[in-house]
Amino acid sequence: MSLLHVIFAPGLFSSPSVQAAMTVGGVVALVCAPVGVFTVMRGQSFAGHAFSDISATGGSAAFLLGISPLLGFALMGLAGAGAMEALGAGRHRGRDLVTGIVLGAGLGISALLLYLSTTVHTTTGAAVTVLFGSIFAVSSASWPTVIAFGAAALSLVAVVYRPLLLSSISPDLAAAQGTRASLVGAAYMGALALSVALSALTIGAILSTALLIGPAAAALRLAKTPGRATAWAGAIALGSVWAGIVLAYDSYGWPPVHQGWPVSFFVVTLVLICYLLAQLPAWRGR
Amino acid sequence: MAGLFSGFMVDTWFEASVVAVVAGTVGFFVMLRGATFAAHAIPQGAFTGAAGAALVGANSLVGVGTFSLLGVVAIARWGRRGRHDVVIALCLVTLLGVGSLFLSMSSQYAEQTFSLLFGEPLAVSSGDLVPTVLLGAVCIAVVVVLYRRLVLSSLAPELAAVQGIRPERVELWFLLSVGAATTLALPIVGALLVFSLMIGPPAAARFLTNRPAGAIAASGALALATVWASIVASFFSNWPIGFFVGSFAVVWYVFGRELVTWRQRRLRNGQRGMARRSGPSAVGLAR
Repeated sequence: MSLLHVIFAPGLFSSPSVQAAMTVGGVVALVCAPVGVFTVMRGQSFAGHAFSDISATGGSAAFLLGISPLLGFALMGLAGAGAMEALGAGRHRGRDLVTGIVLGAGLGISALLLYLSTTVHTTTGAAVTVLFGSIFAVSSASWPTVIAFGAAALSLVAVVYRPLLLSSISPDLAAAQGTRASLVGAAYMGALALSVALSALTIGAILSTALLIGPAAAALRLAKTPGRATAWAGAIALGSVWAGIVLAYDSYGWPPVHQGWPVSFFVVTLVLICYLLAQLPAWRGR
Repeated sequence: MAGLFSGFMVDTWFEASVVAVVAGTVGFFVMLRGATFAAHAIPQGAFTGAAGAALVGANSLVGVGTFSLLGVVAIARWGRRGRHDVVIALCLVTLLGVGSLFLSMSSQYAEQTFSLLFGEPLAVSSGDLVPTVLLGAVCIAVVVVLYRRLVLSSLAPELAAVQGIRPERVELWFLLSVGAATTLALPIVGALLVFSLMIGPPAAARFLTNRPAGAIAASGALALATVWASIVASFFSNWPIGFFVGSFAVVWYVFGRELVTWRQRRLRNGQRGMARRSGPSAVGLAR
């Protein structure tokens, strides 16, 4: 019993902010799994990461205007997706460069917005909150939006599932079958932007890549089919987020500041540990 | 106007110019090798070093240098096996995760965090000048010594292998020079925008000329222009310098693209004009 109390600190499950965090984190983890698997298969981790940084721009704008951060993350992510498509990030050649240029613009604007918000609001911690996030600050009023965005991302992936899978594995074959790569790619980018926005809400804008890429990369080591990989990724993401929340709650009395360690730190660390464990069989086999 | 070149600003101008030339030069190879993600991840991860240095009260140059070295070694070591972009992403988020921990331990430095992320040209102290110049010189020297190997292994990997060039060693040295350029540029331009300085000017330079040496020169010149204009703009508007650096990168890129499109259109129109005048044979010549 005492061991259980050490792991699950008293009052953990009755705290409303923990309940909210668990629910939101769970939804986010499950949405990130399929999108993340496709991101890793398509080799678009950079685009995924770029979205997370660009969504920070949206977060800053939301902070400045005083609207819901999730709305800011998602709208700016979709705008970034549009900009990348317009500049030709869909083509393989020069894709990273275009992504980088758009990303730089987004980060620059984010710098400006955060600076302006320090002149409007008196608080100076906006940059840290937007970039590194705090899931305990998610209000229960944002649940409907979280669930709506999650459902939208999942249904986008579901609608284009087969052509997306084909174009991820073999672009030539997909083209030969008459798949419209640009349309499928655009739908995928939309789903990516939405799930990054959700993930940014959970562990902060610039860390949301961890939840997107880490579980999926580990899962693709463990499973051979996309379906199973998605299931593994979902399980790893869910486990990492929930365990991260529990640990962050436990860490409240930890040194050196006794204010609790950030959830994001625990989630990222757990995701990394899962990835390294998934590598083990391959390393032993060599 | 007077304050722009006053005593302490001289150090800023000098150091920023060194940073620009180094970033423009290294940036050319970043673009050539398609290493945008690595060039973005190394500075962003190195931010953790600055946060850690602030926490323990060490010199931020040392913190940034240490963590960019960590990032470089991790990416070079594990990037060969498995998927390159996944490894970079995971290295980056691991470093940033630790960074978030450091930040939570020293939350009183919100303003300092902001300038580390988005740049603070006035943060230059004259004590940093010597290490900056030394590090910049090492960076340029590495690129000059490896020039042929870098170009060859980027453009024609098979040919490079035939010549006995070891790609992993070239990659490591290349990433090390990116790490060194990061260490220089991070305090001035900010962790999030260093890579913009590394890819914006070279991306435009590529559109201007096809020769590597010419493109490096053009890239360095554009980077200088970016940094100088950004310092002036930031000085007068008081807005963060990162905003201007990021915006100029876009401007250069779009300008270069439009220039190429315009040139091609003119060439095509010219050919059509010649064809109209003297029949099909002139088209053959023109091509």
